[in-house]
Amino acid sequence: MSFIQVRNVWQEYGDQTVLEGLRLNIEEGEFCALVGASGCGKSTFLRLLLGQERPSRGQILLDGQPLAAEPDASRGVVFQRYSVLPHLSVLDNVALGLELPRAPLLGRLFGHAKAEARAQAAALLHRVGLDHALDKYPSQLSGGMQQRLAIAQALIMKPRMLLLDEPFGALDPGIRKDMHALLLELWQETRLTVLMVTHDLSEGFTLGTRLLVFDKVRHDPQAPSAYGARITYDIPLNLDRHATREAVAALPAHVTERLKTA
Amino acid sequence: MRLINRKPGRSWRISLAILPFALLLIAYLAGSAARLADNPQDKLLPSVVQMADAVERMAFSEDPRSGRYLFWDDTAASLKRLGMGLAIAAVAGLSLGLLSGTLPLFGTSLSPLLTVVSMIPPLAILPVLFIVFGLDELSKVMLIVIGITPVIARDIEQRAREIPVELLIKAQTLGANTWTLILRVVLPQLLPRLLIALQLALGSAWLFLIAAEAIAATDGLGYRIFLVRRYLAMDVILPYVAWITLLAWLMDYGLKRLTRAAFPWYDGGRA
Ligand SMILES: Nc1ncnc2c1ncn2[C@@H]1O[C@H](COP(=O)(O)OP(=O)(O)OP(=O)(O)O)[C@@H](O)[C@H]1O
Ligand SMILES: [Mg+2]
Repeated sequence: MSFIQVRNVWQEYGDQTVLEGLRLNIEEGEFCALVGASGCGKSTFLRLLLGQERPSRGQILLDGQPLAAEPDASRGVVFQRYSVLPHLSVLDNVALGLELPRAPLLGRLFGHAKAEARAQAAALLHRVGLDHALDKYPSQLSGGMQQRLAIAQALIMKPRMLLLDEPFGALDPGIRKDMHALLLELWQETRLTVLMVTHDLSEGFTLGTRLLVFDKVRHDPQAPSAYGARITYDIPLNLDRHATREAVAALPAHVTERLKTA
Repeated sequence: MRLINRKPGRSWRISLAILPFALLLIAYLAGSAARLADNPQDKLLPSVVQMADAVERMAFSEDPRSGRYLFWDDTAASLKRLGMGLAIAAVAGLSLGLLSGTLPLFGTSLSPLLTVVSMIPPLAILPVLFIVFGLDELSKVMLIVIGITPVIARDIEQRAREIPVELLIKAQTLGANTWTLILRVVLPQLLPRLLIALQLALGSAWLFLIAAEAIAATDGLGYRIFLVRRYLAMDVILPYVAWITLLAWLMDYGLKRLTRAAFPWYDGGRA
């Protein structure tokens, strides 16, 4: 049985269909890169997996159980923006994830427990290269540092699933490369299941074990919002490079031209 | 250079800021001198010496009847009412706004109510307050509370809704329940907004205080001003008004400094 099972999921907002008939199985430990045209519903799909929204039709199973209908600690997320809490220092942003589950009444730990949580958070921040900025506020960090903080914040929870919505979209190519290396390292260590939305096809190749392409199959010129997107291509990337390249070369032009290729 | 791009230098800035005050002062002194030269008994524009005398009388000598220093008694009475009113309104406004802005189930019924209640002119229900709470301290404090709580609550509600939903989702993935989410994520982000809301509500709070004191009180800055009005005692009224203005300005300044000092992460406060 697959870790995540997406069974015929539709998502509709009013009379706008965004996703239609999504069927997908994802194994534990996979790194899926999600690509597709802007507005085709990639973020919507992540919101469904996160439990932020319920699908209009269909069902998502996690370990064979229906997905919890609200976000919880088993699913981490990094948004493109607003991922870290502006009123907490870098250290507290990460330590918060250790404090909240253990202190359901006050939301904070004291004394020894607090020191331990902070030490654990500092160790993880050291891993993502933020150990010199522990006392800074997020607004004092660069974009890349903020995203590294967001990743550390999500990982401290040891989630089974990590959802990334264009986490590096706003970063320049050099920093992006560093972030890729960091993310791969952390993923190989933890073997968690990652779903990452990206507009950068090469990013998908470097990181993913599997590439999912979202696209509309049906079009109605009179009612552009009548039909939603499906997963039109599902390409395993951990096969030999040759097969991968052939599969990607076979992608239709209208899919690839909207994406930045390597 | 275009006017929009011209900025005053450092020394100019101070002079330009002082200029309007200086002009007003000169105009007043000239007017006062002219009227007093015309008629030494004139009460409308008292001279600086006359006002200094009045301050001496009110603030630095005992009142012959009560043996008290009226100016300081008035100040203490007014500040006490104002402080209590502001404190209660801050707590009530924060709680209502926070509940209404964060929890949809509360907001659905609380939000329309707040909107309507904030439309009631507080002074129009002042008689009701006097009838319900009596003529003493409580009704004056209540007027301030009723006058500014809805404004603060609506502001806080709005700010709570402006917190990006991503942050609320994020906190839930970090293991927050509703209560700890409010305690550790929403509330700390709203506190600087509360101080700013208070700062903006200060003007109304003073207005309601003076109004309540003018109508029913036996001490207080507003009471004194309206009392001596019967004798056209401008030499007392003007220093009192200046004193009230100074107090209000100091509170405004204090709140601003507090916002900056207590919430260094808050960018909006720096602007
Ligand atoms: N809550 C909502 N109510 C109504 N429509 C929505 C809602 N959320 C998303 N949509 C619509 O769903 C469509 C898909 O949005 P989504 O954000 O998932 O796209 P996306 O693939 O992530 O795009 P991008 O690559 O630009 O981020 C859009 O047309 C959007 O207008
Ligand atoms: Mg998106």
